[in-house]
Order: sequence, then structure tokens, then C-alpha cells
Amino acid sequence: MKFLIRRVIFYVITAWAAVTLNFFIPRLLPGDPVQSLINKYQGRLSTDAIQSLYVLFGLDKDSSLWDDYVKYWAGLFRGDFGISFTYFPTPVSEIISQSLPWTLLLVGISTILGFVLGTLAGVGLGWRRGTWADGLLPVANFFSAIPYFWLGLIAISLFAVIIPVFPASGGYEGGLIPEFSGQFIGSAIYHGILPALTIVISSIAGWILSMRNMMVTVSSEDYVTVAQAKGLPERTVMFGYAARNAVLPSISGFALSLGFIVGGTLVTEMVFSYPGIGFTLFQAISSKDYPLMQGIFLIITLSVLVANMAADFAYALLDPRTRQEG
Amino acid sequence: MSVQIDPVTADPTSTATLTAVAVRSKRGRRVQLGILRNRKALVGIIILAVFVVLAIIGKWIAPYNPDTVNATAGLQPPSPDHWLGTTATGQDILSQLLVGTQGVMLVGLTAGIVATLISVIVGVVSGFIGGIGDEILSLISNVFLVIPALPLIIIITGLLPSAGGLTVAFVIAITGWAWGARVMRAQTLSLRKRDFVEAARANGEPLWRIVFFEIMPNLTAIIASGFIGTVIFAILSEVTLAFIGVTSISDWNWGTVLFWAQSSQALVQGAWWWFVPAGLCIAAVGTSLTLINFGIDEFVNPRLRSTAANAGVLRRKKIRARIGFTPVYRGKDNR
Amino acid sequence: MTLLDAATAATPPRERKPVLEIRGLSVDYGYDENAVHALQGVDLTLHAGEVLGLAGESGCGKSTLAYAATRLLPPPGVITGGSVTFTSARDGHGGDLLRMGDAELRAQRWRDTAIVFQGAMNSLNPVYTIGRQLIDGILAHRGRGSGARDRARARALELLDMVGIPKDRLGSYPHQLSGGMRQRVMIAMALALEPEIVIMDEPTTALDVVMQRQIVEQIMQLKDELGFSVIFITHDVSLLLELADRIAIMYAGRIVEDASSEEVYRRPRHPYTAGLLHSFPPLRGPKRDLAGIPGSPPDLVNLPTGCKFHPRCPYGFDECKLTDPALGPTRFGDAEPQRQVACLLNDEKAAPGPIPLELGVRPEGDRIA
Repeated sequence: MKFLIRRVIFYVITAWAAVTLNFFIPRLLPGDPVQSLINKYQGRLSTDAIQSLYVLFGLDKDSSLWDDYVKYWAGLFRGDFGISFTYFPTPVSEIISQSLPWTLLLVGISTILGFVLGTLAGVGLGWRRGTWADGLLPVANFFSAIPYFWLGLIAISLFAVIIPVFPASGGYEGGLIPEFSGQFIGSAIYHGILPALTIVISSIAGWILSMRNMMVTVSSEDYVTVAQAKGLPERTVMFGYAARNAVLPSISGFALSLGFIVGGTLVTEMVFSYPGIGFTLFQAISSKDYPLMQGIFLIITLSVLVANMAADFAYALLDPRTRQEG
Repeated sequence: MSVQIDPVTADPTSTATLTAVAVRSKRGRRVQLGILRNRKALVGIIILAVFVVLAIIGKWIAPYNPDTVNATAGLQPPSPDHWLGTTATGQDILSQLLVGTQGVMLVGLTAGIVATLISVIVGVVSGFIGGIGDEILSLISNVFLVIPALPLIIIITGLLPSAGGLTVAFVIAITGWAWGARVMRAQTLSLRKRDFVEAARANGEPLWRIVFFEIMPNLTAIIASGFIGTVIFAILSEVTLAFIGVTSISDWNWGTVLFWAQSSQALVQGAWWWFVPAGLCIAAVGTSLTLINFGIDEFVNPRLRSTAANAGVLRRKKIRARIGFTPVYRGKDNR
Repeated sequence: MTLLDAATAATPPRERKPVLEIRGLSVDYGYDENAVHALQGVDLTLHAGEVLGLAGESGCGKSTLAYAATRLLPPPGVITGGSVTFTSARDGHGGDLLRMGDAELRAQRWRDTAIVFQGAMNSLNPVYTIGRQLIDGILAHRGRGSGARDRARARALELLDMVGIPKDRLGSYPHQLSGGMRQRVMIAMALALEPEIVIMDEPTTALDVVMQRQIVEQIMQLKDELGFSVIFITHDVSLLLELADRIAIMYAGRIVEDASSEEVYRRPRHPYTAGLLHSFPPLRGPKRDLAGIPGSPPDLVNLPTGCKFHPRCPYGFDECKLTDPALGPTRFGDAEPQRQVACLLNDEKAAPGPIPLELGVRPEGDRIA
């Protein structure tokens, strides 16, 4: 219980830090381009929108920093991230709520799939070290060094241009309207296969390598030898004794590297013009849509925090020592 | 972008083995020679050396000016004139890659050095002072670890009026130091309790002496692997930033090449020579760095080393070395 | 010294039925030409109901012997020759462990030969309850049929009770137990299937002195109740003198002396054995000078020629540098039929003169001059 409370406090602090960081970054940077952009949109922005932009970028010289900060928080709790420049006058929160589910499904499923498959493969390779299987390691090594987006480019050129079996971009067929119909869901899955495959293949190698090394390390622990001495079935020793312990550091590694992975997957979305949050971020960058960028960063951070928390609790469930000591 | 995570060094339980070896490695010379004897590390160092040389001489050996537009030679596949073909505007791709190597390496190196410096300072101080100071420093590094770095870098560089190589390097360093600091802290923590450090403290040696002469030498391997990990992260981040066009698109680096390839529809036009070589360069540098890191891992963790060194002999003799079933090998015919 | 009395008073087994016969066992660490020869042609026999002690300095190969004989030696260990034959004293089943396939070996393990490992700290899987770890071993061998799980659970409770651990500890995780309790759990686990052989690899080194004594006494009491044979590995010769029926002394991967503990204590035949006995105060009787063995334990990578002990041996002569003595009868030959030694002093043809006084204490009942 103590462990859980400590972790929850940690996440609250981290969330606070992320929000505060998000509040301060635009303030620390030169404000001129923002001012000029606001001027550019002057005629089209309502006074309310301008006011919220002033708060967001700290351009309002009349109010103190603290007042801005309080207003900023108040805005967040109302779900107010400001107004997007590019999709004027759509609020940022609305754009995010449209693109977030796409990302959650694509990135969520493929990241977890990559971790599970990579970990399983790593268990096998670590257990059968010194056999032909070791020949796979250099391949995995090479794949772990490839940037996600480049693999995406290769995937598109191979499976969408040269052999056109999958669509090169988008999240669903152009003419369809997002709804819960078989046709739409089928189209979404069809469009999701290639980006998902890219993410799985790019992330899997890292998990294979780290799990394999962990298996090798854990395999020489005494309790694994004891398990063999007891004459337990090979599967029990491999999974119940070796892998069961080797996966613990892998899970905490998973939690800690989620931030990295999500970063990479967002770029994959950009390559595939996938209607998720990464692609939206890409568009926001190209059109210098600062409120949208800020809002997306905050949402990504908070999602990663939640995923991290889940991984943390999974760890606590799997390791009786954390449960007791905290 | 993928980042190599290394649970072996991150796992607190394995730090005991790490230190055991690290302590033995106080004789510095043998460490360096030992690393070279590791085949993986050697291959990695050779590949890396090639790219470092290219980074230095790339500007001079490039056959063309990477910016020169040649309207008559647009989008040509590889040929004797243009070994790696040309872009849609007839620029020489090989020259772009050669000139771009320097940018990639420089940013990687700068970011690596700055981030490693921060991580060593934060990690060692945090591990050494303990108490509330440690709590605060670990909290800060954990916060930095959990906040997704790439989006943060994108936001910061996106807001900056102009993002040149050095600026990018510093932004990457500021967001990428936390992992190293965490590993460094765990290691310092276990070193602090060791006899020779306790002895130095009891002798009343000043703190800076203990840190620099007792603790730091034993962190060499971990600092090295942390540095390499950060360089990988930095190179991948920088290339990604250039690819999505957040950083200056007129500075050549491999990511810029890919940016132009993507924005000029190279994929649809089947101009594979435009985007394949740049990616292979990134992967080669990344692989060389991970190989070096594996070399360090195997060097530091004897459990990984023993099998890696013997794989060839085992295959030849058809011995299957495994836990719990000691092989029986009775000479050539094996019974 | 109740233990010593019990051990010496116990009548030696009338018929010496071998349960484990190790013949010519050789082990290397490493797979190529640079491999270290950790064991060289070791012969050793364990008889039914016997407590056999294996002693020697660290690195002499005593643990290697135990792990190689059970095929549990981790990489880079490899067995390069010999045989390890198990023959059940109960129904005669058995065979050469070195020629068994995986399935056969798995079935044989724990049912016939169980092991209590050195480090009680790391011998238990940290993420499973001790109950689960007791039960999975039982189920792996007696898992068939309905109600097997309930029977295994009942057996696990019985075992905990046997080693004096409260039954409600069945659901505890290893980190919730003290070092002594964990080692008791390991002992309980080893006895789960009523094996014929229990190998104890320094079972008490990680524990404090009081706990050591309790554990050893418990092992001996259980042995008397359940009648298994024990191979007890330790560097503590004084402990072995108390509890072992027979002691094998190892040096540099070889057995240099194999005799009953009484004989080892009163009439050592190998200079190294004599040296070991001088390294600790006598258990009783007159005080004698305490002296260690000069020099340091041998470096297996760089072994001397001839007898591996000769650089440290106070009685060495020229021939020792050339000939590596084999384990054979003592100089008193048929008067001591049950003991063996590997020292040239016991070879009348090779030895330059009479056996030194300290190593030549006459066997009891020996009337011949």
C-alpha cells in the first residue's frame, strides 16, 4: 500500500511538473513570433480567444505571472487549451479529442504487441543461448538502430508503391464517415496494419535484446539451478523461474522508455498521414499553430503518465517484494 | 526512433555484479584493451571510425556542392556521374550525405557530452549525499524520464525562432540526461557502501577526493555506456527533427535529405536511392554504437561474456551449454 | 559433543551397499584448449545410509564434484569423462547419470537425489510463495491422478512441520523469512520426495554459529529418521569429524585421501590432511600446535607438475615433482582395507625412506612391525 501511495504522489508531482513546464516554455522563449501571429489573425480571433492566447503565452503585461498561472490551471480544468490557429475557430480540445482515439488504438496496441512479442522472443533466445538462435542477434541489433519513421518510409515504398497491397496514408477510406459500422471499422483496420507493423518491428528488436540479456543473467541465479535440480518440466523452469524474474526489470524498463517510444510512434503517424495526434502535431508545427502544439504536448505527456502508472502497478502485482516493502 | 534500453545496467540487483567487476577494473589500461578484444565492440568501433572520418573530410571529398541545382539531371537513379543518384532538382545525393555526416556527428557528440555531464553530476551527487537532497534530485530525474522527450524537443525547437545544430544539441541534452543519472545514482549508491569508500571516509579524505579518486574510476564503464546511449538518442532525435522539418531545412544532415525526399514525393515516384541510403547510414551508426555498448555490457557483466566468447567453439564441438544439464563431451566423436 | 558421540557410537552399516558410484569423473571449465581442468579422474563411492564428507580448501573442486555428479554444473562447465552410477538401495533401479537423456534425468532428479544449496538467500524463487515452490517439486514427480494437488499440499505442510516451521508460513514469500528459516525450507524441499541421496553444499555457511548448529543437528536427526545417505560438503573439517562416517579430502580437483572420519582424525595418511587437521584446535584430548598449511591453494590454471601438493608439502621428495600419485591403498595395505590415499610416501618403492612419524600412526589391531 505504501508503495502505491508513493507512486501516486510521484505521478501527481510529475503531472504538475509537466503542466508547469508547458506553462513556462512559451514564456521563456522570445515572444515576438507569437505576437505577430496573433496580429495576423487579429481580425478573425474573438476577444475571448485573444485573451486566452495572452494567458497561454504570457503576453498580457498587466496581469502578474501568478495570475496567469492560476488562469492557466483554471482553463485546463475546464478543458480549455485555447483556440487553434489553423482550424480556427475550433478549440484545441476538440481537435485533440478527435485525433486521440486513433493514436491510443494504433500506438497502444502496437506498442504492447511489440513488447509482448519481443519479450517472448527474448525469453527463447536467452534460454537457448549458444545455439543457432544467437545468429538472430545482429539482425535484431540492426533493427533496433533504425529510426521508426525510416522503416515507415520503406514499408510504404514496398507495400504501398511497389506492391500496392496496403494504402500509403490515412486512417480510413476517403469517402467514409467515422462511425461504428462494419465497413468503417474494416477500413480503419486495413489502414492501420502497415503503420502498426512498422511500430511493432521497430520496437520489437530492443525488447528482444534486453530480455535476452536479462534471461542470460537470471538463468545463472541459484533458484533456476534449484528448479532444474527438482526435475521440474523445462517449461516451468523457463517461464516460471527464469522468465518470471527476468521480466521484472523489463517491465520497469518498459515504463521508463514509454516516453521514448511514444515519441517515435508519433513520427510514424506523420509518415503515414495517420489521423492521430502525431500527425496533428506535425500539421500544427508546419503552420506554427502554437496553442495546438502546447495542447498536444500536454495530452501526450498525460497519456504517457497514465500508461506508466499502469506498467508500474503491473510491476507491483508481479513482484511481491514491492508490495510489502514499498 | 528507437532507443536501446538496457535493463541489465538499470536493474538495481545486477549492480552488485557490475561493481564487482568495476572495482577490479581499477587498472584502467586493462579495461581499454579488454574492450578491444571483444569482437562486437571492435566491429562497432571500426564502423563508427569510418563515419567519424567521413564527418571530418566529407566536405572536401563530396563530388558536388550539395545545394547546386541541375534542372537537366533531375531524379536520376545511381550512375557513374552520381553514385547515389540525384534529387528532383538534380542535386547530388551522395554529396548531401557526405556533407550531412558532420552535422549528425557533431550534434550527437555535443548532446552526448553535455547530457553525460549533467547525468554524472546529478547521479553521483544524488547517490552520494542521500537524504532529502537525493529524494529531490531523483524526483527531478524521474520526472524528466517520464515526460516524453521527443514531443518536448519538438515543442521547444518549434517555438524557437531559428534552431541551428548547437541549439538542437542543447535541447536534446537537456531532455536526455535523466536515464544516465538514474543508472549512475544506483551505482554510486552501492559504491558508497563499499569498504574502500568507507575507509577513505574514515581516513577523513575530503569529499572531492573520494568522489574523483574512489568513486569516479569505478563508474567508467557505466559513464561510457551512458554516453553512447545518449549519443544514439541524440542522433535519432536530431534526424527525426530534421525529417519533420522543425529544424533548419537548409543545414544538411541525413534527416534533411529524408525531409526533402518525403516532401518531394520520392516514395510515390519510386526514387528509392533518395531515401534508402540516408536511413542505412543512420542505422549503421546506430548499430555501431549499440555494438560498442554491448561490448561494454559483456565486459562488465561476466555472465553475458562467457557464452558470447565461446559460441564458436560450442557450435564446432556440438556442445549445448545450458543451465541445469551439464553437457558431457567425450572427445571428438562425442561418445 | 553429543553429535560426535552419536556418530561414533552408531554402528557402521553392516553391508556396504553403494548407492552412488563416481568413476573417473573429469570436468573442465571452458570449451577450448585453454579450459581449466577442474576435476581429474575422481573416484568416489557413497554407500547406503552413510554420511560422506567432502572437505578441502576453497577452489579444490568439492562443489564442482557435487554439481558435476548431478549434471547441474552451470556453463562453462563440461563433463569430459567418467561415469556416475546411481543404484537404488530400495529397489535397485538406476543407471549412469552421464548417459541419461533429459526426460530420464528429470525423473531421476529430486526423487533419487536432492540437493541443499549453498546460498539460502538465492536458492528460492523470490516471486513465488514457499508453498508453491514446495508443491511444484512434488507435483512434477507425483502429479498424476485426481487430488494430487491436495496431497502435495498436505505433504508440504507436513514437511514444514518436520523442519520446525509454523504451518501458516506456507503462504510466505522468501523475503519474509529469516536466513535460517529459508535454509530449513530448502531442507524440507530436499526431503519432499524421500530421496535416497541428499547432497548438502555448505548448507550452513551463510548462517550464524547458533543457527549452524541447530541446522546440522536437525539434518542428522532427520537422516536417522528417514535413512537417506548424505554427501556433506564443507571447508570445515572439524564439523565433518563430528558428523561424517567417512571423509574424502580434495586437493586441486583430485581426491587425495578417503577414509573413515575416525581414521582421518587419528591417523591421517596424506600430508595435506595432516595440514588441515593442524589448522584448527583439536576437538578433545591434548592440545597440539596450531599451524596452517604453508603457501596458498593451487591455481587451477597453472598447476605444478607431478603431485599437485608438492610445492607446499613438508615431506616432499624429488619423485613428487615428476609423478602424480593415484588414489590407492595406504602403506599399511591390507590392515586398512577401507581407506585410500594419493601420496607417494605410501608407495614403498618410490618413497626414499620410512613414512614420517606423523603420517605413520599404526592402524588399530596392527601387530606387524
